[in-house]
Amino acid sequence: MASVQHAEGDRRDFLFLATGAAAAVGGAAVVWPFISQLAPDAATVAAGAPVELDLSSIAAGAQIKILWRGKPYFVRNRTEAEIKAAQDVDISTLRDPETDAHRVKEGHAKWLITAANCTHLGCVPLGNQGDYGGWFCPCHGSHFDTSGRIRKGPAPKNLPVPQYTFVSETRIRITGAAAA
Amino acid sequence: MQGHSHYVPKTGIGKWFDARLPLPRLVYDSFIAYPVPKNLNYFWTFGGILSVMLVAQIITGVVLAMHYTAHVDLAFNSIEKIMRDVNYGWMIRYLHANGASMFFVAVYVHMLRGLYYGSYKAPREILWILGVIIYLLMMATAFMGYVLPWGQMSLWGAVVITNLFSAIPVVGPTIVEFLWGGYSVDNPTLNRFFSLHYLLPFMIAGVVALHVWALHVTGQNNPTGVEVKDIKKDTVPFTPYATIKDAFGIICFFILFAWFAFFQPNYLGHAVNYVPGDPLVTPAHIVPEWYFLPFYAILRAITFDINLIVFVIPSKLGGVLAMFAAIAVLAFLPWLDTSKVKSTAYRPLHKQFFWAFVVVCVMLGWLGSKPAEYPYTVLSLIFTGLYFAYFLLVLPLLGLFETPKALPASIADAVLEQERKKGGAPVTAGANAAPQTKG
Repeated sequence: MASVQHAEGDRRDFLFLATGAAAAVGGAAVVWPFISQLAPDAATVAAGAPVELDLSSIAAGAQIKILWRGKPYFVRNRTEAEIKAAQDVDISTLRDPETDAHRVKEGHAKWLITAANCTHLGCVPLGNQGDYGGWFCPCHGSHFDTSGRIRKGPAPKNLPVPQYTFVSETRIRITGAAAA
Repeated sequence: MQGHSHYVPKTGIGKWFDARLPLPRLVYDSFIAYPVPKNLNYFWTFGGILSVMLVAQIITGVVLAMHYTAHVDLAFNSIEKIMRDVNYGWMIRYLHANGASMFFVAVYVHMLRGLYYGSYKAPREILWILGVIIYLLMMATAFMGYVLPWGQMSLWGAVVITNLFSAIPVVGPTIVEFLWGGYSVDNPTLNRFFSLHYLLPFMIAGVVALHVWALHVTGQNNPTGVEVKDIKKDTVPFTPYATIKDAFGIICFFILFAWFAFFQPNYLGHAVNYVPGDPLVTPAHIVPEWYFLPFYAILRAITFDINLIVFVIPSKLGGVLAMFAAIAVLAFLPWLDTSKVKSTAYRPLHKQFFWAFVVVCVMLGWLGSKPAEYPYTVLSLIFTGLYFAYFLLVLPLLGLFETPKALPASIADAVLEQERKKGGAPVTAGANAAPQTKG
């Protein structure tokens, strides 16, 4: 069989390129679903819808833990002394500088709502413990103050405050995880 | 080391088969006629022990998977069902759980043997790196396996380890969500860990095949570190010499394994893992299994931000990097050790540093089991420094300054010399054994 040489490429060159392109694009297209399936599925996302919480049963000085999106959150009714201790800190001395006012809602200073997973490696810190009277993480020794701010130990960040609003004086609605 | 094949099929069927698939030839050349240095000591039986342990783990694991349910509401109870209702379920589970620990006992002996006798040096760099990969796969497999019973330590171990990846800048939190399949360690996480826990041992088996292949290309190292020069004088055939020696080592190892599985089945575990996993309560003291403790200590040792002037490594990322670096540094060992002499038997200074390193590892293990408070945090940092100093300072410098002892001319000479020292009759073949310093 005689073969004809074309300067701009022959049928084989075309097939070679087309096959290569189809393999590359097709390969990438197949890989994507296999990565995407690892992400939270629709039911998990739906179960993470906003929740409301009644605060009226939490006495002053007490805290509760709630579970939302499979993760615990602290809801703490702070005493006057705890609020004052949190407000009196010079924030320039903090690892993750934030004022106490920034971490609570205006007019609701006694309510501190934070994620309950230590920002180090996710353990649940113990309430009313540690050198600063806030929380102490038993796993790797992080100390948090009464505003949930990191004061000592390996955790890099303050306990994050989730997105929430007061729907009434004694009722909050948690709408989203903390903005990282 | 692999010469021409001397396999001769004895039967007609053997010849017919050999011409079509030379599998018996491969077995004959690799495990029967294969020459092994005649001076191997019992530390060389741990490769065989590890192979047997891998098979044992796969067999017990496949059986356990027949009775286990990978769901957060059912997993814990299915384990209890295995322990109470399934015939011999208790035995199979205890063999599997303690088998994991025994696997690590054997791999640490195997690795330290490689370290002591310089088995990672040329021409065995690939062999060594394949071993490091097997070790990494083993750690991933063991970690995911420990999560499956969904007890308190399972759950919180998974929380701590998956959160390591959140330390990665920018993409960390997204990676963690993809690991979890949700917003926390939950049912999707358990399901995928079960799937991967089943897969990884077979990947280990694949890398083990490469490891053994690489071993059979270069041949085994030996206690003198002197390469085989004369196959007739320096080696013996694998069968029966190494097979029987390995078999004896395996039986002795199984006695230890059986003692743990039958008499101390929970000694190496944690009592709190018999409490069902609860995402609202962290156990008072989260510790990994014993074989991860040194790395856990390194992870926790970095409690401060590292300021590199150009940028700052936050303490959390610093700990994670240190921990992964502690494993990654092993892969660079062939190039970090500058000594031309392989065996530490001929390196008087390295012998001391080697044992100091073993002590450092044991100390890190002990520190990893302690709570994260003074003085353990400071000690962890010191011993982390010593761990890295061994690889990054001692090994590179020692090769330049150490004066090694005279090496034997050959393996045969070393063996004969040893016989003479024992007081045996002098053997003529060793008469010309002039010591030489060449590595």
